[in-house]
Amino acid sequence: MSQRHPVLTMTAISKIFPGVRALDGVDFRLFPGEVHALMGENGAGKSTLIKVLTGVYGTDAGTITLDGQQVSFAGPMQATAAGVSTVYQEVNLCPNLSVAENIFIGREPRRLGAVNWREMRRRAQELLARIDLHIDVTEPLGSYSLAVQQMVAIARAVDVNARVLILDEPTSSLDADEVAQLLRIMRQLRDDGIAIVFVTHFLDQVYGIADRITVLRNGRLVGEYPTAELPQIALVEKMIGKELDALERLDSEAGRDRAAITAGQPLVAADGLGRTGSVAPFSLTIHAGEVVGLAGLLGSGRTEVARLFFGADRADQGRLAVDGEPTAIRNPVAAIGRGVAFCSENRRTEGLVGELSVRENIILAMQATRGWLRPVPRRKQDELVERYIKALSIRPADPDMPVRNLSGGNQQKVLLARWLITEPRLLILDEPTRGIDIGAKTEIQRLVAQLSDGGMAVLFISAELEEVLRLSHKVVVMRDRQLVAQLDNDDTLDADRVMRAIASGARQEELEKA
Amino acid sequence: MSTVKARLAPVTGHRLFWPLVVLVVLLAANTVYRPSFLSVELKNGQLYGSLIDIVRLSAPLILVALGMSLVIATGGIDLSVGSVAAVSGAIACLYISEQPDQNSLGAVLTALAIAFGIALLLGAWNGILVAGIGIQPIIATLILMVAGRGLAQLITSGQIITINSEPYKTIGVGHLLTLPFAIIIALAVTLLVAVLTRRTALGMIIEAVGGNAEASRLAGIRSRRITLLVYVVSAACAAIAGFMMTANVSSADGNAVGLWVELDAILAVVIGGTSLAGGRFYLSGTIVGALIIQTLTTSVYAMNIDPQTTLLFKAVVVIAVCLIQAPAFRARFRRRQAPTAPPAAPVEKQKEQVPA
Repeated sequence: MSQRHPVLTMTAISKIFPGVRALDGVDFRLFPGEVHALMGENGAGKSTLIKVLTGVYGTDAGTITLDGQQVSFAGPMQATAAGVSTVYQEVNLCPNLSVAENIFIGREPRRLGAVNWREMRRRAQELLARIDLHIDVTEPLGSYSLAVQQMVAIARAVDVNARVLILDEPTSSLDADEVAQLLRIMRQLRDDGIAIVFVTHFLDQVYGIADRITVLRNGRLVGEYPTAELPQIALVEKMIGKELDALERLDSEAGRDRAAITAGQPLVAADGLGRTGSVAPFSLTIHAGEVVGLAGLLGSGRTEVARLFFGADRADQGRLAVDGEPTAIRNPVAAIGRGVAFCSENRRTEGLVGELSVRENIILAMQATRGWLRPVPRRKQDELVERYIKALSIRPADPDMPVRNLSGGNQQKVLLARWLITEPRLLILDEPTRGIDIGAKTEIQRLVAQLSDGGMAVLFISAELEEVLRLSHKVVVMRDRQLVAQLDNDDTLDADRVMRAIASGARQEELEKA
Repeated sequence: MSTVKARLAPVTGHRLFWPLVVLVVLLAANTVYRPSFLSVELKNGQLYGSLIDIVRLSAPLILVALGMSLVIATGGIDLSVGSVAAVSGAIACLYISEQPDQNSLGAVLTALAIAFGIALLLGAWNGILVAGIGIQPIIATLILMVAGRGLAQLITSGQIITINSEPYKTIGVGHLLTLPFAIIIALAVTLLVAVLTRRTALGMIIEAVGGNAEASRLAGIRSRRITLLVYVVSAACAAIAGFMMTANVSSADGNAVGLWVELDAILAVVIGGTSLAGGRFYLSGTIVGALIIQTLTTSVYAMNIDPQTTLLFKAVVVIAVCLIQAPAFRARFRRRQAPTAPPAAPVEKQKEQVPA
């Protein structure tokens, strides 16, 4: 492969932000017809490298050559025009426009000066058919799932004659089937000779599709490796730069005494709780010190369950008891008052206030419970914020930085810190480790184990079965907005059984147990 | 030269730098036109001069704009402030005009209390429409903007109510401690709003609601109450401004009091650096913005600019102010000024002067 000429070469790229050397002499090569995984922890410089490549940022040093010609794009538009297209993690299309309009926005087929709508629809359909996506292109893009939106974004990118396609965390909000579909599309594009840069946190996907891997760490190049020659554990070591037996250590901690935890009165008990059009009535108890894992595919009703417990949505059926007392949790204020905390999976839209500082975001929930007339004293703020920045190693450790400037993993930690300082009794974590690097992921997992050891109840939602199994005492399986199984996490429970429950509805699982 | 630039970076990068530059330029232009412009003299224990006049005349606008800052910070807007000013001014004047002794301090205070109370109700009406019923702020307050004018005319029976009350007049043209009373009121209200928002957690919570309403709700903030509160504060500020405007001329004209002040107030807030999308708000910026607008109005009169071109002149200056403040515009201008950046060598220095 290396005899061929690379379509893209980046040499000795450096990029400096105030106080941070985001990239330091990084090299990167990309050959036509390959999938090249760009790996690294949060803050390793992956996003910056991509933004430098696509002209979002200028470089402070280094050269970029495309097809042997030195280039320097003034912006993503220029990059796209030159054949370098990017599909970002958060799809940046217009959800209110139709699928066809999104694909052809800015380059609408015209006839006599007016937009030729029929032609646009026809071509959109054709284009999507090529990646086996058969949807109504006149519907607003926002009415489709994230996966479909992502594929539309890819179709658009490819259609503008991309030779280099950059996929920045395309799979982080997709479920297994959708990932498989996306990987299939990627293979197809690769076989057409397109060079694909694949940024992801999912090792399985990297080993499933990537031809080569480039690893970055702290803004420096660690190395470029053919996938076949780099075992997974070696890759993780290179990304983290330290021995990683943390995961195994956690495993040994998981042998906690479930019988003792669930002996007493449940902290929270839902009895036939449900909401029409959102989630079918379910019954579920959570004890103090218990970690309940909520598994299921995307859209199976996991988040909806969490929202009912937190009062983010109002239940219209069933009862909820806290400490054995019947309670109606009508809104988040009521939930927080009873010691429930909820870290939403949508950090940006439902979690943080991007414009406010790390400090303000951390104290927001505590301040809300005190009311605006009783501000948290500055000294106490400093103390709490400093303690949690240290405890969760939030980086950069600057309490006054606007939180939107932080990387995804660090934003997640800020959100966690917000709830931890309220000392909740039930902590609901919705996909707390999504889209963040392995190091931060392990930290958060370890934290969950610690918190539950300390007596906190945790409702842990995750698309990753391994993670759910490692942490939970009890695994609750959701399917099609119904709670279909509650499985004790004893020695007999493994990913296969949970998967079967997810797939089949697993009524017989419960029968077997009974 | 680049080290000078680097030293100046904290100053030129400050939020208030460009608005203040504009203000200084306006004042300088006036001074060039009329050298005595900057002089302030003490007559009979009272300060006089064009500068004092500008601050005094801008007092009502400052008041309205302070309330507007909070409303805009929540992501809303309050178009009804002019009408609220007219209603409260009309009520106060009507009550005073019906008293046997218009100079009685008690009667004036009663008038102010009644009018102020009704203004709070009007503010609550706005707040309920926006926070309770969920009508878009621009529409919700448009209702009172139109209806309030009608209400003010009903109160004055379509006439201009003229009063002859020394205590009331003091609000507009009186002096205290050598300064016009209006300036002192504006200062006091500014301090009050600053303390209300920055010494409590109200400011941060307003910014959280304006920055991300859903995230704030999920953090346990009772955002409806906060929204209601800012509309009430806005109406309260507008009411005081209404007293000032009517006291200035000792009469209430339901048609004219506070006409278009909402637009000037919105402009002042925006010039001051608060985004119309909500979020962070800057009271100091708002005040500079209000001063710029009043200086502009005063300059137009002082320089004898043809009255028919006044509005156009104002518009041109406002566009200039907004453009100067936009970083994107300045960057483009700079690039044209210096198309060939000095090569490679100063790279190290550039790194140091990247504005934070």
